[in-house]
Amino acid sequence: MAVSLREYRARIKSTESMKKITRAMELIAASRIIKAQQRAQHAAPYARELTRAVSAVATFSNVDHPLTREEENPKRAAVLVITSDRGLAGAYSSSVLKEVERLSGRLRDEGKEIDYFLAGRKAEAYFKFRQRPFVDSWTGFSDQPSYDIAAEIGRALIDAFLKEQGEEGDVDEVHIVYTRFRSMLVQEPTAVRLLPLEVVEGEAPPEDDELLPLYEFEPSASQVLDGLLPQYVQSRIFYSLLQAAASELAARQKAMKSATDNAEELIKKFTRIANQARQAGITQEISEIVGGVNALADAQAAAND
Amino acid sequence: MADRTGAADSEALHVELVAADRTVWSGDAAMVIARTTEGDLGVLRDHAPALSLLSEAVVEIQVDGTDDVVVAAVDGGFLSVANNRVSILSEHIELGEEIHVDKAKAELEEARGLIGANNEAERRVRRAEARLRAAEKVSSGASH
Repeated sequence: MAVSLREYRARIKSTESMKKITRAMELIAASRIIKAQQRAQHAAPYARELTRAVSAVATFSNVDHPLTREEENPKRAAVLVITSDRGLAGAYSSSVLKEVERLSGRLRDEGKEIDYFLAGRKAEAYFKFRQRPFVDSWTGFSDQPSYDIAAEIGRALIDAFLKEQGEEGDVDEVHIVYTRFRSMLVQEPTAVRLLPLEVVEGEAPPEDDELLPLYEFEPSASQVLDGLLPQYVQSRIFYSLLQAAASELAARQKAMKSATDNAEELIKKFTRIANQARQAGITQEISEIVGGVNALADAQAAAND
Repeated sequence: MADRTGAADSEALHVELVAADRTVWSGDAAMVIARTTEGDLGVLRDHAPALSLLSEAVVEIQVDGTDDVVVAAVDGGFLSVANNRVSILSEHIELGEEIHVDKAKAELEEARGLIGANNEAERRVRRAEARLRAAEKVSSGASH
């Protein structure tokens, strides 16, 4: 027993307080997931109506809008990386960043240069630490994104996309890497192309049997499209942010649950060792006493002889 | 929605007022009045399908079967009508009741002070005006 009983007790105590912290974080994450899912649900009607409207315009006018136009010879791509602001969420941010590296490799193979746009402090830290350049970053909202942030990011990306080829800061396509929330247990990092827009994809496309009515457009189809498409882009970004937020919380809950379990395990182990050390101490004391008594008895017997 | 033949005239006008992060109001209405970029637009039952861009202004919804009027301030966005179904979408929508008159006034003053400073200012003025009008409409309606 190299370490004394006292030290084991101290270790057990610190592990116990750590367990309390991780347990608290687990519970907080669990309660926030529900809120995050509700937020995603509340945002769904907007996305659905917007998709319907965009597909309505797209079906009745020849969609040729700057936001849907494919560049003939794409040279630069923008990648929006959505990670968390805080850690303690297991591999959440690092798996997003891994996906980013994969996508970047693919884009580079296609001969494109890449401009990075970052959301979340973890992505920012990753790029800064490696001294890799990025165009812009937004932080401080990862677990409850607001629409305003999504609109701001959307504007920045649309601006970059609409610039002419050769202009400073121009990109020819825009990709998003975020974590899709499949269920409480499964969240997967996903890369999707946002721009140029492929109209009529979206989360809830109108059913086939549902004929779209013949709309009158005011002021004109192209102007309506002008107004709609940027909002559509922003709503897609908002959707990604919401999914990422729910995923982050789920990942954090999972990580904190296993941390709590590990702490429990550790406490059990330490308690066992501490008990052993305590018993060893007692045994030693007894044998010392017995030894002392025996020695005394021997000494007395020798004196009596 | 599926039943579009014959039953159309007995259907009420269903209205959804949807902001980016929530559904603000939804229900049946007798009439919807909104301001598009081209001018005021009133939607009654069996309106022809239309898709219009809205300007920063007030939207009024006369609730079906009552004298209640829902007043909301929208921040641009658009309105679509089809099959007796009206959707009003805007990034930000606030109901008149949610807007504080004094605060809206203060905001309008602030926005007016900024005019000329940047392009955003004019939009902010229009938006503040719309919010103020919505708030005033609700409070004057309540005092009658």
